Amino acid sequence: MAKIRVVIAKPGLDGHDRGAKVIARALRDAGMEVIYTGLRQTPQQIVTAALQEDADVIGLSILSGAHNHICPEVVRLLREKGLNDVLVVLGGIIPDTDLPGLAAMGITGVFRPGTRMQEIIDFVSQRARSRADVV
Amino acid sequence: MKTATDGSAAGKARWEEHTVAPTLKTSAERAREFTTISGRPIDRLYAAEDLAGLDYARDVNDPGGFPYTRGIHPTGYRGKLWTMRQFSGFGTPQETNARYKHLLAAGGTGLSVAFDLPTLMGRDPDHELSRGEVGKCGVSIASLADMETLFEGISLADITTSMTINSPASMIFAMYLVVAEKQGANWKTISGTIQNDILKEFIAQKEYIYPPRPSMRLITDVFAFCAREVPKWNTISVSGYHIREAGATALQELAFTLRDGVEYVQYGVEAGLNVDDFVPRISFFFNAHSDFFEEIAKYRAARKIWANVMKDRFGAVDERSWKLRFHSQTAGVSLTAQQPHNNVVRTALQALSAVLGGTQSLHTNSLDEALALPTAEAATLALRTQQIIAHETGVRNVVDPFGGSYFVERLTLDMERCALEYFDTIDRMGGMVEAIERGFPQREVSESAYRFQQAVERKEKIIVGVNDFVVDERTAVPTLYIDEAAAARQTEHLRQLRQARDNGRVRRALDELKRTAEGHGNTMAPLLEGARAYATVGEMCDALRDVWGEYTETPTI
Repeated sequence: MAKIRVVIAKPGLDGHDRGAKVIARALRDAGMEVIYTGLRQTPQQIVTAALQEDADVIGLSILSGAHNHICPEVVRLLREKGLNDVLVVLGGIIPDTDLPGLAAMGITGVFRPGTRMQEIIDFVSQRARSRADVV
Repeated sequence: MKTATDGSAAGKARWEEHTVAPTLKTSAERAREFTTISGRPIDRLYAAEDLAGLDYARDVNDPGGFPYTRGIHPTGYRGKLWTMRQFSGFGTPQETNARYKHLLAAGGTGLSVAFDLPTLMGRDPDHELSRGEVGKCGVSIASLADMETLFEGISLADITTSMTINSPASMIFAMYLVVAEKQGANWKTISGTIQNDILKEFIAQKEYIYPPRPSMRLITDVFAFCAREVPKWNTISVSGYHIREAGATALQELAFTLRDGVEYVQYGVEAGLNVDDFVPRISFFFNAHSDFFEEIAKYRAARKIWANVMKDRFGAVDERSWKLRFHSQTAGVSLTAQQPHNNVVRTALQALSAVLGGTQSLHTNSLDEALALPTAEAATLALRTQQIIAHETGVRNVVDPFGGSYFVERLTLDMERCALEYFDTIDRMGGMVEAIERGFPQREVSESAYRFQQAVERKEKIIVGVNDFVVDERTAVPTLYIDEAAAARQTEHLRQLRQARDNGRVRRALDELKRTAEGHGNTMAPLLEGARAYATVGEMCDALRDVWGEYTETPTI
């Protein structure tokens, strides 16, 4: 089976990359192919990276409260490029009130502080694998 | 310290053999190895023999005596309590000004400004990269006009203000000085702190703009300027806090922070400054994390290392250059979104370790900070936590109560020794700037972060409410929600400002700033003129971007 390909990205101005790097490493150690974009990526850069890397999954790490601005833009650009089947997951400080809106735009995996790495690995491998199986 | 005369050098071994071993046969210990939260192994017991090589006068000494292991003040908190300085800022300058007045009315004794990400990154609220970020993580400050609103009704002559700002530290500091001047406060007597610590940005928090070397010049320019003009200002707060939050162990926090401090002193000396003219205004900022004794040992070791290094490596002769003063903040990273009320307890214990370690000022986190920026109620409770420690527990009555503890003294010595080993490694690389360029401290921190997460996953480290003692229902606490209204207001204010100000004066100030940056003059003079002309943070930072370029790091996992 081909490895699941994951782009881990830090959009926005925030530089707190501990979570992004820990998760990137956990997914890699779980056998996935992980590309970490580094800091301060625009939605455009993230979607371009996903296209170039033939990503199955985009993992966004946002701790600054800018998710309501960034996530819709990433989803819109993905659709524009025809990448409708790329799984988008989000990690960070996300208030309860924002969860329904995020789910409605297709971001079903939202991982907040205290989430076990294994839970994220399981979620990504199940969702991304079912997508890969269809293709 | 003297070892006991009954031959206790053999005492611990004998105790292990005759007393511990039989106990272990019938009831085993809970783990094979016991370690601190940083993974440092801890013995079952510490005794006089563990301090066999310790020389009290050389290694510890009385409070107020070199190398200040027991504290820089002879009377500890019997003279002056620590400053209760709550870090705060969100939304517009008006909203944050109201929060400051609330905190001061509740008995806070200093201000500490949290800026939003656009301000921290030197971008104006109307910049494309600021979208969605204005006023979210702190207060939005674009120009002197915002700074005037922020401190409206607060006398800068009478209060000390700490400002957490790094790449644009000089720009914000220039604005603060102009506000003080307009209020009629004297630069010679006002006091406060700018964080101004770029090295830990490269290592951990990553809010850098310019490459390391021009960034270091901005900092030494502030050292030189303040030595002449604002002599009571703390020109830098060399910060381990963010390094620790990014995943470092207590030891790495200690070693990298103090080695950063050494780097600043080295650059100051190379810029032609006399050590004793600027080192007394260097202050530090540490994390108050959860492992109680390890934290106390960390603070004690920090004072000792700094005193020795300033004296021996730099030949400082003014005792104020030897004394390490520090602010501390409880560990944000230890807060949990699960069962958030538990965070009150964590914060209280962490704060207690900072007090027992002799902190000069302290910020206690609020219970809701794994969820959002704190509400006024949560921030008040955090302040009350400090007041209870100060006024009810009695810990302020005595200086360095853990001095002489076999365990704490041993741990202090061990942390000092291991930190100095890191110093050697970094010195061999050519210094901290070079080590950062090679990614050395960054890798060390990432590695520790991953190791800790694995330990949590394996339940070798327990986080109550997260990987043990878990309950199903989420506890709802009220949280502060910052909408996009702040961004709209700040953008509109900025539009009006750009119409109302003398744009010719702004242009001339920015041109002069560029010329100074291209040459060797002190950047503070053109920045002060820029601030007076109502040039924005973004405009002043852009002028320097034009000259120095921007730094980008190579992403590594």
